[in-house]
Amino acid sequence: MTKDYTPAELMVVAAAREIKDGEVVFVGMRLPLIAFAVAKRLHAPDAVGFFENGVVRDTPSRELLYTMGDPPNIEGARMCCRMTTVMGLMQKGEVDLGFLGGAEVDKYGNINTSYIGDPNAPEVKLPGSGGAADIASLAKRYVTIIEHNARRLVERVSYVTSPGNGDGSHWRASEGLPRGGPAAIITTMGVLRFGFESGEAYLDTIHPGVKVEDVKANTGWPLAVTPVLKTTPAPTQEELTIIREIDPQRFWTG
Amino acid sequence: MTMRDAIAQHVPDGSSVALGLALEALIPFAAGHELIRQNKRDLTLIGPISDILFDQLIGAGCVKTVIAAWAGNVSAGLGYNYRRAAEDGIPRPITIEDHSNFTIALGLLAGGLGAPFIPARTLLGSDILKTNPKLRPAASPLDGEKVLLVPAIMPDVTILHVQRADEHGGTHCWGNLGVSEEGGLAGARVIVVAEEIVGVEVISSDPNRVLVPPHRVTAVVHEPGGAHPSPVQGYYGRDTEFYHEYHAQSKTADAFVAWRRRWIDAIGSRAVYLKLLGNERWRRLAVQHEKLAAPANFSAT
Repeated sequence: MTKDYTPAELMVVAAAREIKDGEVVFVGMRLPLIAFAVAKRLHAPDAVGFFENGVVRDTPSRELLYTMGDPPNIEGARMCCRMTTVMGLMQKGEVDLGFLGGAEVDKYGNINTSYIGDPNAPEVKLPGSGGAADIASLAKRYVTIIEHNARRLVERVSYVTSPGNGDGSHWRASEGLPRGGPAAIITTMGVLRFGFESGEAYLDTIHPGVKVEDVKANTGWPLAVTPVLKTTPAPTQEELTIIREIDPQRFWTG
Repeated sequence: MTMRDAIAQHVPDGSSVALGLALEALIPFAAGHELIRQNKRDLTLIGPISDILFDQLIGAGCVKTVIAAWAGNVSAGLGYNYRRAAEDGIPRPITIEDHSNFTIALGLLAGGLGAPFIPARTLLGSDILKTNPKLRPAASPLDGEKVLLVPAIMPDVTILHVQRADEHGGTHCWGNLGVSEEGGLAGARVIVVAEEIVGVEVISSDPNRVLVPPHRVTAVVHEPGGAHPSPVQGYYGRDTEFYHEYHAQSKTADAFVAWRRRWIDAIGSRAVYLKLLGNERWRRLAVQHEKLAAPANFSAT
């Protein structure tokens, strides 16, 4: 089989399939924006998109967005509002799914976007949470999209910006988080999901052409693999057509 | 009022300043550049994400404390000046109060409500609570459940960029609002920067679109193009290339000094800045079409 799609396109499609019809989704930027458009056009026509700057959309914007505040995201919006409107509804439990990125994610799905090294004398000061820590805290589930290597998929993040399963499956409830947690990590090599009992990530599907030993070698902890490992379904022609319509220059999906 | 006078009179050294409250749009870059030109010192910056304006103010040495959820370059990633200040104390050390977007929003909301804090369910278990002890987990007095107490944030000055304003503090702002309304109520003083100055009757024709109670507005500055490179709905789009150019041209402290000389220090006004940007580039960003809202009938009789 010839591979006529990019890793980013496969990740977009995997992300799109996480969106179920009728769900309210905190969309975010970059790849999830395109995933939302794919889902809306194909299997989730009634999904609703929330943007933390205060935008509610039920159609994807007509043009490629570089940020959620770009004018094409406002034109045709169903509502323009305050951040507290969309964040407040998420706190109330009305957001099904959010997408996050990050510098580091660990085996419990915790994400670091704040500091590498000691926060008082950081080696690298990363930009910070933005709305990510709120989405990880308050959405019914969240999905992380990240490049797969051992620097990014680490055993323990040095700083938990966005809380995942903490150090195990009961951690969120004990910290007082109302719901939610990580549902999947979509990487350049496969899709990881989380054990119900352990709260720990395992390899659930592997991308076409990738070897399990390579996934393990590029993961910063001894990665468990499901006994029924399947291949991540490749993008369909229909999905690729939509992605390339939205990102013709391959700015995000090249 | 001119930008120079508004900043000189209403933002003394040591002020806490909220800006960039609509997130990626309507960022008051012209006001930020005037803060740098006037060499303001020991500012506390407040905002959810800020984009590259915080990075520029930090690189210029104007900033003592950053109260934000995110600081960097939305298009290009990290902000080099923010990193230099946080990692190496260049050009001066800064204190960072870590937040999320929601806790910045709730802090400003509490500030505008006159409430000491607002209880929330977010960030419980996040290390943000370790590096910012002002965000305090507590047991709810109602049922003992864990909540996060988000203390009020009350900026000395809130700076808001809007589409149009009248000379008496009336404002019209449209598109996503982020935490602009909260900031306009929480700030002790409010500086409004407008693309257009219109008559009071224009603003009063649609009072639902008014962003801040007009009597709370301290100064109105007419500054077309004042939000570039961020977008203003109905006026101009986002100059994404500019963010990438800034990223490349702020990689080292010396490079940032050169950038700053060219785009801020050598320029006395926004009109000159737009000239430097070039007519063709500015025309390319301008909104070409009209998509007008349907009129709403406000008649009482």
